[in-house]
Amino acid sequence: MKIILADALTIAAKDLRNELKSKQTSGMMIIFSSLVILIFSFAFDPTNNTVKAIIPGLIWVITIFSGLLGLNRSFISEQENDSLTGLKVAPIDPSSIFLGKVVANLVLVTIVQMLSIPILFLLFDYKFHGDLIWFLLIVLTATIGFIVIGTFLAALAANAKNSEMLLPVLLLPLLSPLMIGAVQATKIVLEQEGITDAISWLQLMAAYDLLFFAACFFLFEYLMEGS
Amino acid sequence: MKQPSAFVDRMLYILLVPAMFVSLYLIFIWSPIEKQMGASQKIFYFHVSTAWVAFLAFFVVGYYCVLMLKRPTEDRFIKAGISAEIGVVFTTITLLTGMIWGKSAWNTWWTWEPRLVTVLILLFIYIAYLFVRKMEGTWEKIAKLSAVFGIIGCINVPIVFMAIRWWNTKLHPVVFGEGKNQSGGGVEPDMLVTLLFCIGTITLLYLFMMRKGIEIEKMRLTVRKAKSRVIEKLAS
Repeated sequence: MKIILADALTIAAKDLRNELKSKQTSGMMIIFSSLVILIFSFAFDPTNNTVKAIIPGLIWVITIFSGLLGLNRSFISEQENDSLTGLKVAPIDPSSIFLGKVVANLVLVTIVQMLSIPILFLLFDYKFHGDLIWFLLIVLTATIGFIVIGTFLAALAANAKNSEMLLPVLLLPLLSPLMIGAVQATKIVLEQEGITDAISWLQLMAAYDLLFFAACFFLFEYLMEGS
Repeated sequence: MKQPSAFVDRMLYILLVPAMFVSLYLIFIWSPIEKQMGASQKIFYFHVSTAWVAFLAFFVVGYYCVLMLKRPTEDRFIKAGISAEIGVVFTTITLLTGMIWGKSAWNTWWTWEPRLVTVLILLFIYIAYLFVRKMEGTWEKIAKLSAVFGIIGCINVPIVFMAIRWWNTKLHPVVFGEGKNQSGGGVEPDMLVTLLFCIGTITLLYLFMMRKGIEIEKMRLTVRKAKSRVIEKLAS
């Protein structure tokens, strides 16, 4: 287990160092999420007070759309120079590739979120009154679930020629329970309703995270064999 | 080898055709007309039985996916695919009949109720599964990939159901079984007989289509193999 973790961190560090040098994916994701906010401001008039109700949903729309861009890249970029084969034949457990990619994507998406959510609040002139700790916890839990299942399906979709198109089609139906939980919990925290309700959603999301993490962790081996 | 399979097919066919007519008779003539909804309630028999087959087909896909991970064989791969294809058809029928019924009973085509949304998401997962199967590559590779996706999809369906149930009941975790508003009293015995008969008939239809589909798929495979053999011979 320790070896898997060490290998995973090596792979994650490699991806992040690569990203730090080029800044291509993260830059694109941030610009893209800002553009989504811009488009939404045309769809829903930000000066209107009722728009406050859609803020929780918007947070997750931005996260998913910009996250999809990053997830697509995470395995496609390995196909240049056939690096994926290098990873597969390396004397490491296939699960550590998965774990490494999850960590790298999680860091990437979290960084993008840290910028895009404040931008959203700023542009929509939203005053944050909720409990910050709970808000962060909910965002983190839902993002972990999103990245776990997203990374797994990105690895699956990378086998196809039209993987950019395939990934959303595979990912979005599987994400639906997580997104219901995330939007509801975020709404409860932002509107300061009752934290006990948010906790039961948080439990659902945590259960989802754990279940899919376990399933993906064990099934990833077959994905690597299959391609 | 070929004889018993053809016999089973014929038996299924002989059973299926009269069963269809009998169930039509039961639905439209024999069973009583519902008091509140009137004749439009008749669609309920088709709706419930196709929904049952949609879920059955889905679990068949899941079953073969697990088997395929253990040891991928062409037979299992074909069976999972055919079951998914039939599942798409029946899920669509379920949604359409449900919408028609909903329009007449609740005066709306669609509500965001747990069962409706679960079936809709089930349809999307089925279609995504078929997309995975349409990838290029050798069948062994696709078999592994699609099996993995099928299992993940199977895990997802119950979670979707629970999540939407919580969402719609405004967070009062519902205990298994009938919810508050759905507890209104059972089914008339005559209607129950008709319903069970219908479910049986549609399940038979599923089995029949499944067998035919597998046969066609195997024929397609044989033709493809023969084709590549001929091409090889011509090339050499």
